[in-house]
Amino acid sequence: MEPMLSVKNLTKRFGGLTAVNQVSMDVHPGEVVGLVGDNGAGKSTLIKMVSGVYQPNDGEIFFEGKRVHISKPSDARELGIETIYQDLALAGNLDVGANIFLGREHKRKYLGGVVRVLDNKFMQNQSEKLLDDLDVHIPSLMQKIDKLSGGQRQAVAIARALYWNARLMIMDEPTNNLGVAQQGEVLALIRRLRDQGVPVIVISHTIRDIFAVSDRIVVLHRGRKVADKRVAETSTEEIVQYIMGARDDFRNN
Amino acid sequence: MTVDSRAEALPRRAVSRRVARQKQAILLVSRVWSWIFLAIMVVFFSIEGTGFFTVRNSQNILVAIVPVLLMGLGQTFVIIAAGIDLSVGWVMGLSSVVSALVIRDLADGGMAVGLAILIGFVAGVGSAALAGLLNGVIIAKLKVPPFIVTLGVSFIARGAAFLLSGGNVVGGQPQALRDLGNEALLYLQRGDETRLYFLKKPDVTGAQLRMLDRILPWPVVIAFVLVLIAMFILHRTQFGRHTYAIGGNKEATKRAGVPVDRLTILLYVMSAVTAGFAGVLYTARFSGGSSIAGDALMMSSIAAVIIGGVSMFGGEGRVSGTVLGALVIAVLQTGLIMMAVEPFWQYVIVGIIIILAVLMDQARDLIIGRAEAE
Repeated sequence: MEPMLSVKNLTKRFGGLTAVNQVSMDVHPGEVVGLVGDNGAGKSTLIKMVSGVYQPNDGEIFFEGKRVHISKPSDARELGIETIYQDLALAGNLDVGANIFLGREHKRKYLGGVVRVLDNKFMQNQSEKLLDDLDVHIPSLMQKIDKLSGGQRQAVAIARALYWNARLMIMDEPTNNLGVAQQGEVLALIRRLRDQGVPVIVISHTIRDIFAVSDRIVVLHRGRKVADKRVAETSTEEIVQYIMGARDDFRNN
Repeated sequence: MTVDSRAEALPRRAVSRRVARQKQAILLVSRVWSWIFLAIMVVFFSIEGTGFFTVRNSQNILVAIVPVLLMGLGQTFVIIAAGIDLSVGWVMGLSSVVSALVIRDLADGGMAVGLAILIGFVAGVGSAALAGLLNGVIIAKLKVPPFIVTLGVSFIARGAAFLLSGGNVVGGQPQALRDLGNEALLYLQRGDETRLYFLKKPDVTGAQLRMLDRILPWPVVIAFVLVLIAMFILHRTQFGRHTYAIGGNKEATKRAGVPVDRLTILLYVMSAVTAGFAGVLYTARFSGGSSIAGDALMMSSIAAVIIGGVSMFGGEGRVSGTVLGALVIAVLQTGLIMMAVEPFWQYVIVGIIIILAVLMDQARDLIIGRAEAE
């Protein structure tokens, strides 16, 4: 199967520091890839090159088989690469529907399109359907985002990305600052995304969560990829060893 | 992602229903307290002051409210988007001077008075819009805090207004302008027989003229229309939605693809335009342009917005709140005057109300926060 996303020999240098060094990896449709590594291992830098925040110094990015140049975040979004950061995604003072449709509000036109009025009902209904499809239950969609739990907020952010045709989802520390139950809910949501055919890259410090949700784990150490393993073929202990730098599968490449 | 798990749903639901009711009650009080305060004031002044509860005084209050209300409209948008516009007062003066100069010179030059007034109004509001554009561009593009930018532009506008007017009131205005500023939609003739006239001023003099009340003077009508437009824009359109979004989370709004910079510029232009309307209506009402027309009003406009429940942190508030805030201030002013209280007390009282309004907000957040934690 053709990978959805494929990066080849991606390199990013900041001055004398090589933050990401010749990293290649694939993400296939219907899989969740866990991206792990110690602080400063290059996870975030790698992701930011895919989401258009940074430009690689070297290497190539292929999306759905085609070579792409992602020079700004909106380029990534147009391709269908959605990155969900914890706090940057939603306006807390607006309700669920307003957030899902933020920037792309649905309007009813009057007087031949001169007067355009927000169609809150439509947006509310669509949001409800969307969240139902994801099996997410929020008591009232009229509630402001501020009043929702961290897990529910994650769900709204994911729903929004999905509604706008996300083809690949990148989630940065999706379970941070969440209670145990909510962590489980978010992980379940990630699996549902995968089952709907949207591959997910999950960055997390929590190895347990990575194992709970991923099909494959990629480990970075000091900017290099040191492991790329199916979850079934590895163990927590082994992954920790990769993270610490005690193991390295690609030393000679 | 259900909040309640089935097993313990029942007792918790009972508690949460009680908490919800309490929260509703607190929310209700915090929403309507300024209406209650307004009502108490009206009753109090009606009993204590002579001539407060009359048609004429109600119209005086409405006329007095116009400039504060108009500036408050623009300010509402700006503050909801987590900004502030300190320039509205002196921009109003600029608009007043520019409109007066243009109308006088065009009318003196032989242009039809109606057209001269129209062009003068456009010029006045346009000069204000220019100041707003300056505000917006510097804030959005050069990332200077709005507090600083609008303070600076405020001084520039004041200087320009003084330079243009030479520090004098720009008089010599045509009668039609005065009529626009003072005549009304309806006239009520009191006396032996009470009659209502629509659009047409009855031809009366002397004692009868003193018994003639103007109902809904044109500036009030214009302000009313602008209030409706502001309500529509803020609460029903995409622009309004994005105004709230910027105030709630600017970064998220940007990420959602909203052109935040362009919107910010528009917001400050809008704010200046409402101040511009206040300026030209001042020119009409007093039949002259004055650079100090809006001197004391910038603070009042912000006061109206705060009393109306708009959060200074952005993201919260409604146009109706600002209308209420402006009403509270105007009723207080006229009421105190009619009670023959030293009028300067109004400032002390407005000050107290502002602080109370914000305390009320904080108390609400605190109580609701606690109710949720229970």
